[in-house]
Amino acid sequence: MEFFERFAIPHPSPAIYASMVVIALTVIAIIAGLTYFKKWGYLWREWLTTVDHKRLGLMYIISAILMLFRGGVDAIMMRAQLATPDSKLLDAQHYNEIFTTHGVVMIMFMAMPFIFGFMNYIVPLQIGARDVAFPRLNAISFWLFFMGAMLFNISFVIGGSPDAGWTSYFPLAGTEFSESVGTNYYMIALQISGLGSLMTGINMITTILKMRAPGMTLMKMPMFTWSTLVANLIIVTVFPVLTVALAMGTMDRLFATNFFTSSNGGMDMLWANLFWVWGHPEVYILILPAFGLYSEIISTFSSKNLYGYTSMVASMVIISVLSCLVWAHHFFTMGQGAASNSFFSITTMAIAVPTGVKIFNWLFTMWKGKIRFTVPMLYSIGFIPLFTIGGVTGVMLAMSAADYQYHNTMFLVAHFHNTIIPGVVFAMLAGLTYYWPKMFGFMLNERIGKWTFWALSIGFVLAFFPMYITGLDGQARRMYTYSESTGFGPLNMLSFIGAGIMAIGFVLIVYNIYYSIRYAPRNIGSDPWDARTLEWATHTPVPEYNFAITPAVNSVEPFWDAKKKKHVLFPEPLKKIHMPNNSGMPFILSAIFFVWGFSFVFAIWPLVIIATLGIFACLASRSFENDHGRYISLEEVEETEEKLGGAKK
Amino acid sequence: MKELFPAKQVMGFVFSLILTAIALLVYFLDLSFTAGLTILVVTAFVQALLQLVVFMHAGETKDKWAIYGNVYFMILIAMITIFGTLFLFVWDM
Ligand code: HEM
Ligand SMILES: [Cu+2]
Repeated sequence: MEFFERFAIPHPSPAIYASMVVIALTVIAIIAGLTYFKKWGYLWREWLTTVDHKRLGLMYIISAILMLFRGGVDAIMMRAQLATPDSKLLDAQHYNEIFTTHGVVMIMFMAMPFIFGFMNYIVPLQIGARDVAFPRLNAISFWLFFMGAMLFNISFVIGGSPDAGWTSYFPLAGTEFSESVGTNYYMIALQISGLGSLMTGINMITTILKMRAPGMTLMKMPMFTWSTLVANLIIVTVFPVLTVALAMGTMDRLFATNFFTSSNGGMDMLWANLFWVWGHPEVYILILPAFGLYSEIISTFSSKNLYGYTSMVASMVIISVLSCLVWAHHFFTMGQGAASNSFFSITTMAIAVPTGVKIFNWLFTMWKGKIRFTVPMLYSIGFIPLFTIGGVTGVMLAMSAADYQYHNTMFLVAHFHNTIIPGVVFAMLAGLTYYWPKMFGFMLNERIGKWTFWALSIGFVLAFFPMYITGLDGQARRMYTYSESTGFGPLNMLSFIGAGIMAIGFVLIVYNIYYSIRYAPRNIGSDPWDARTLEWATHTPVPEYNFAITPAVNSVEPFWDAKKKKHVLFPEPLKKIHMPNNSGMPFILSAIFFVWGFSFVFAIWPLVIIATLGIFACLASRSFENDHGRYISLEEVEETEEKLGGAKK
Repeated sequence: MKELFPAKQVMGFVFSLILTAIALLVYFLDLSFTAGLTILVVTAFVQALLQLVVFMHAGETKDKWAIYGNVYFMILIAMITIFGTLFLFVWDM
C-alpha cells in the first residue's frame, strides 16, 4: 500500500478529481474511436513512424495548440483567483502549482514546439530541400519533446504538480521546501524535451548550411530561414547549460548532493545563475523565429521586398551574441555589487538597439507599399506598437537601480507578457493563418480571423496593461491573494475581464478551424497570397518529396522572380527521387524515455535500470541497421506531378 | 605503409590519456582549490578540442569553416558565461 501512496495527489481538490475523470474518459474515447474506425494501422504507418518534416511539423503545431489551451486554463484560473480581494477560490498551494505549470507549459510546451513546427514545415521548403539533414533524428526530437510534455502534464493527476515557479529557484525547489515529487517532474520532463530541442538545433543548422538549393548563398536565404539558423545556433549554445543545471538539480533532489543547497558548500544562487544563462537566450530563441515570420508576412502583404535585408541579418547575429551577455538582469537584487549590475544593465539596454533596427526595417518595408489587410498582416501590424511597448518597459527594467522597485512585481509580469504575446503568440497565429492553405489546402475564414485578432488584442491590453499600474503600486507577483485595503481590486478585475476576452479569442480560433473545414472553398491553387519565396512554388498539397525538380535560385525572392521576371525556377528534367525510410524506432525510443522519466520521478530504481538498458538497446540496434532509404521511381514522380498540375509552371 | 598506420589517431589517443592522467592528479596531489580547478578547466577544454579534431574529424571536409565557426562561437559564449559568473559571484560579491 505504501508503494502506491506516493502516487496520490498531495493537495487534492474536486477540480483535480474531475480532471482525472475527464482525462480517463478522453483516453478511453480515443482508444475506442481508433479501434472502432480501424485507424491504428493508419496512425502507425502515416504518423507515428513518419520521418517527413512536414508531418512532424504539423504534429508539433497540433501539440502546441493543445498545450496553449492547457496553459490557458491555468491562466484563467489565476486571473479568476486574483479578480477580487481575499478570494477563496484557490488556496495558496493550488495557486503555486498553477502559476508554475502555466509558465512551464507556455514556454517549453507551447511556444517552443510552435516555432519548431514552423521551422520543420517551412525551412526545407524555403531552401528547396527534400527534407531536413537528419530526418530520423528529427522524428526522435519530436517524440522526445512529446513524451517530455506528456510526462509533465500527468504530474497534476499522479503525484502532484511542481510548485516552485517556472524558474524553480533553489533552495525553494530543494527537497527541504518542495517535498512532493512535483519538482522531480519539472527536472526530468524538461531534461527529456530539452534533449529533443538540442537535437533539433543541430539538425536545423546542418540542414540550412548544407542543403540549400543551388544558387542560394547565405545572403540569398529568406529571412525566416536566417532567423531559424540564428535561433538554432543559440539553442545549441545554451541548451547544454540547462541540461547540466537540471542534472545537478535532479541529483540534489534524488541523491542528496549539495550543488544548490544553502549549506554544506552548496550555492543556491548558482541555480538562478545557470537557469538564466539559458533562460535569457531562450526568450530570444522564441522571438527570433517570430521576427522571421513577421518579415515574410510583412513583405508579402506590402507587395514589396523586405527593407534592409543586410541589417536584418546583422541585427540577428548581433542579438545572438548579446543575448548571451545579459542574463544577470534577472537577478539584479541578489546581492552582487554595483560594478557587475552596471555592466549587465548596459548590455541589456544595448540589445534594444538591434531590436529597434528591425522594427524600423518593418516600418520601411510597409512604407509606400500596397498593403493588404489580411489576418496575418493585421497580427503583424498589431505586433509592432504593442511589442515596442514591451521593449520599452524592458529597458526600464534594465536599469538595475530602478529594478529594485520593479523586480518581482506585476510590472515585470506585464513586461514579459507584453513581449511574448504580441511578439511570439501573435506571430504563431499570423504564421498559422498564413501557412494554413499550404498545410491543408484551404484558407481560414478571414472575417472570423479578424474578430479573433481584435478579441486577442483588446483582451491583451485590458488584461496586461493594468498590471503595469498595480505593479508600480506594489502588487507582488506569485501572491495568491491580497487584502482589500491595498486597492488592487478594481484593476485586477479589469485584468480578469481582459483574460476572458482573450479566452473568447482562442475559442474563436477553434470555431474558425471548424467553420473553414466545412465551408471554405478548396480550389485556391498553390499560391493564394501571391507570395514571394520558394515554399509557395510547391504544389498544394505538398508532395512528400517537396520539389520534383531542385529549384534554381537567383535572388532572395526566386518565386517572385519566376512569376514576374521570367526567372526559370525548374531548369532540369524530372529524375527518380531518393527519400528516407519511415522508422518506428524514434517513437519506441521516446516511449522508453517516458517510462525512464516516470520511474526516475518516483525513484523506482529497478524500472530506471530496465528502461536505461532499453534506451541503449535502441541506440545499439541503430548502429547495426543498414538503411539506405528508398527511391521514388520516375514514373511515380511523373504521375504525382501530372495529378497536381505539372512539374514546370 | 605510412598511409596504413593511423599515426595521428594513435598520438591523439596517447595525448588524451595523458590529459586524463593530469586531471586525475588533482585528486591525489594536495593542490589549492584554485590551482586544482584551473588544471581541470584547461585539461577539459584541450581534451574536448582534441576529440573534436582527431576523432570527430572536424576540419577534414570542405565545410570546415562552418564547423570551426560554430566551435569558436561556442567557446566565446562559454568564456563569457564562466567569466561573467566569476564576475558576479566572486569578484563583485
Ligand atoms: C528590448 C528588449 C528587452 C529588454 C531590455 C528586456 C529586459 C528585461 C529585464 C531587465 C527583465 C528582468 C526584470 C526583473 O526580473 O526585475 C526581463 C524579464 C523578462 N523578459 Fe525581458 N527584455 C526585453 C525583451 C524581451 C523579450 C523579447 C522577451 C520574450 C520574448 C522577454 C521576456 C522576458 C521574460 C520571460 C522575463 C521574466 C521571466 C521571469 O522572471 O519569470 N523580454 N526583461
Ligand atoms: Cu532577460
